[in-house]
Amino acid sequence: MNVLQAVVLVLVALAGATVVLTRVPLRQAVVTGVFGLLLAILFFVFQAPDVALSEIIVGGFVLPAIVLLALAKLREQAQSGAADE
Amino acid sequence: MTRRRRTALFLVAAVALGLLLVVALAGLPGVGHYHGVYGLGIQRIAVAQRKATDIVNSVTFDYRGVDTMGEEFILFTAAIGLAILLRELRGESRNSDEEEGGEEKGGEEDDEGDGSEGSAEPERRHRATSATLRVAGQALVGPLVVLGVYVVTHGQLTPGGGFQGGCILAAALFVVYLAGRYVAVARVRPLPLIEVAEALGAGGYAAIGIGGLISGSDFLFNFVPLGTSGNLLSGGTIAALSTVVGLEVAGAFSLVLSEFIDQRLLRGGGT
Repeated sequence: MNVLQAVVLVLVALAGATVVLTRVPLRQAVVTGVFGLLLAILFFVFQAPDVALSEIIVGGFVLPAIVLLALAKLREQAQSGAADE
Repeated sequence: MTRRRRTALFLVAAVALGLLLVVALAGLPGVGHYHGVYGLGIQRIAVAQRKATDIVNSVTFDYRGVDTMGEEFILFTAAIGLAILLRELRGESRNSDEEEGGEEKGGEEDDEGDGSEGSAEPERRHRATSATLRVAGQALVGPLVVLGVYVVTHGQLTPGGGFQGGCILAAALFVVYLAGRYVAVARVRPLPLIEVAEALGAGGYAAIGIGGLISGSDFLFNFVPLGTSGNLLSGGTIAALSTVVGLEVAGAFSLVLSEFIDQRLLRGGGT
């Protein structure tokens, strides 16, 4: 294992811990995206460029986007619920 | 169970799990020293046998093609299921709107309600996309589409292939949404076309598999001439399967994302 791989492994571990420790869902969605991108770098450094490609999109983009859209929907529902009452 | 007890239990379990992990990790071969019999064997024979230089795709689309078909159908089913669920939800909200006095006016009512409340939220919702995001997004869409098509069609040569390329294509659609507004997405996103792409992708995989049967061999047999290693047209059915998977994945992810965007926007009344 070379230095780069070790550094990226540590970064991914830190980012993963950050995702768990972030308690606000909105922020957590963004941090998850960063974690996904770091994970993609990890895959690339460990010579799996094809997995890295899909991880960039799925982990860094699609997953946070879906969470963000769901959060927006929830907030809207909470708002319209408050407006109805 | 009290909090202290739970913490104690967790600590004991964590220490035990940690010890097990250390023991297990110590038994692993070093990084880059792979010992798998099949992996090493495939690595030796794959390029000569299938003429495709990306061995990963030789495995996923040829040696282990039936597996990939299963995976493709999992994605297909998941996307369809999600679309059905979300469309059902949309119907529910329409019904509840009708009780409140008509679905068509639902959006306007929402706006009025927000305005009378005078909170900061509606302002945020209707704030225009920033110029930076718009320019960067518009600049990205073209290259993303080209990259996606490239990755899909060069699966037999370079790392990538149908799944990765399909994801990139779907992401390009989403960038349109980020850069502009819902109207633009609705224009570049003909929903029937997405559904057709997804269906063609799933059906095409099975059809190519049956082609193997028709050629007089097994299901998913690589019946197309293999060509010269390194050429775009090489690897036989690998390239074709990669392309149909690209269609399927792009369709599935676009469908999922558009359903989510619809959920976000249809009720909010913002366009």
